[in-house]
Amino acid sequence: MADEILVRASGLVKVHPMGGVRAVDGIDFELRKGEAFGFLGPNGAGKSSTMRMIGCVSTPSAGELRIFGLDPATDGARIRARLGVVPQEDTVDTELTVRENLYIYGRYFGLSRARIRERTAGLLEFAQLEDKASEQVGALSGGMRRRLTIARSLINEPEILLLDEPTTGLDPQARHVLWDRLFRLKQEGVTLILTTHYMDEAEQLCDRLVVMDRGRIADEGSPRELIERHSTREVLELRFPPGEQAIRAEKVTDIAERLEVLPDRVLLYVEDGEAALAAVHARGVTPITALVRRATLEDVFLTLTGRTLVD
Amino acid sequence: MTRMHLLVERNLMVYRHTWSLLVAEVFEPVLYLLTIGIGIGTLVGHVRGTGVAYPQYVAPALLATAAMNGAMNETTFNLFQKLKFDRVYDSILTTPMTVRDVAFGEVCWALLRGTLTTSGFLVIVTVLGLVHTPWALLALPGAAVIGFAFASAGLAVTTYLRDWQDFQLIQLVMLPMFLFATTFYPLGVYPRPVQLAVECLPLYQSIELLREPSLGHIGPGLLVAAVYLLVMGVLGLAIALPRLRRTLLA
Ligand SMILES: Nc1ncnc2c1ncn2[C@@H]1O[C@H](COP(=O)(O)OP(=O)(O)O)[C@@H](O)[C@H]1O
Ligand SMILES: [Mg+2]
Repeated sequence: MADEILVRASGLVKVHPMGGVRAVDGIDFELRKGEAFGFLGPNGAGKSSTMRMIGCVSTPSAGELRIFGLDPATDGARIRARLGVVPQEDTVDTELTVRENLYIYGRYFGLSRARIRERTAGLLEFAQLEDKASEQVGALSGGMRRRLTIARSLINEPEILLLDEPTTGLDPQARHVLWDRLFRLKQEGVTLILTTHYMDEAEQLCDRLVVMDRGRIADEGSPRELIERHSTREVLELRFPPGEQAIRAEKVTDIAERLEVLPDRVLLYVEDGEAALAAVHARGVTPITALVRRATLEDVFLTLTGRTLVD
Repeated sequence: MTRMHLLVERNLMVYRHTWSLLVAEVFEPVLYLLTIGIGIGTLVGHVRGTGVAYPQYVAPALLATAAMNGAMNETTFNLFQKLKFDRVYDSILTTPMTVRDVAFGEVCWALLRGTLTTSGFLVIVTVLGLVHTPWALLALPGAAVIGFAFASAGLAVTTYLRDWQDFQLIQLVMLPMFLFATTFYPLGVYPRPVQLAVECLPLYQSIELLREPSLGHIGPGLLVAAVYLLVMGVLGLAIALPRLRRTLLA
């Protein structure tokens, strides 16, 4: 059953009643068992709206959504019993301690007290919160709260874990700790759906992802496939004095397969970055700085939408 | 299957940390009982036309008010904080819990709170020697019915509140009702049209429900009051549920 489909969406639409924003504008995707699937897109792309529909806490405005083959409209509670949810904003219960949070959350899933006790030790260890177990949640740092939210979402041993921007707002160290935890889960066979606007996060964690922009899916594939499809192998970044990016870029346009002019730099899409840089110099064009790097999902997004992911 | 008891369990866990609030809630009616019931009672003597000592007349009204306030504070102040600021329900609803579990659970918890406050106050009233009949024990189921009515109504009102300032509007209704609903003197002092208006007040019906048994009067009037309050509770839930769904499942 390696190819068992856990989530299937077709023509999925979400129009928010307040303000009438068409946050999700007809998207199709399929999620297979055991994979780590990502929604990559900038703020406002409709990622959270999509996640909330999958989490059965928001009703689709149109289209079809099936989770475990069930319809959220009629089987919401049954579906939620098999999901773990890490929302974009931590919604830990601030009036309770760390341990009490895990306990009551387990109770909401109908787990017995004994079963919860069994799971709690392991989850505290997973979240590295053993010595904080009896503290009020209000006293935790952002990274600890995030880890608690993730630990809590695992109490029912979910088949699918939904993570909405799991590392946004965390410092680099906390991010790496979290990535490590998510890798562990993936290896244990938990199916992950995550959203992010960090292209490195998408590359690190996702087997397959969709690029989302303004409520629509621009393309879908593995990070490698997307980069190969929409970008060259390497990128040469040239930085010119402020206001001169466009003028200078004109002189080197033909060196690159494709060229993007950003407010602060020019990107040349090329197979061989060093060779391209030599060619730029040969033209007598001297940038303030020059950098050769491998193409990333950021470049994919730029190609697909003409805009950058994080502004 | 309902899981509303889990919300009660959650709130009980929170109150393990903040049980002192409950004590404060019993303190308020005690204050009224001592100053007005017993203090002013020494001037009043017996209530005209009933032959009942004044403190004994006021005590059940304060019991009813305690049940009302205990329940309603829970589904207004506390629930508003959880709904808008702590966003407690957002995470609860990602589990198999439903909006109905949350609403019923909160109302159930609130009426338990109201009943608990009333029990605490009833003990004090008894110690002060103001209870003369075992029928006074009907105050406990009575308090649960009052708690249900006001908890549900409070929940419905809370779904309309935008910010903390709106709470002043609630006070604008609650304080006059407290003063006029025969808390401190009988219905007979009003002219007939005002009597009719007072009889429509939910607190008046609540006071009837507790005062009559505590004076040893058991009659069909009690049934009217109980039905009034039960209908009020059901209506409150009927209004609150769809509105909560719209807010929480946007
Ligand atoms: N509850 C809501 N009510 C009204 N508009 C909303 C609501 N949630 C999101 N939106 C709007 O829908 C669009 C998509 O938002 P969202 O799904 O949060 O995107 P993302 O998670 O990718 O940042 C945005 O324009 C946002 O303002
Ligand atoms: Mg979002």
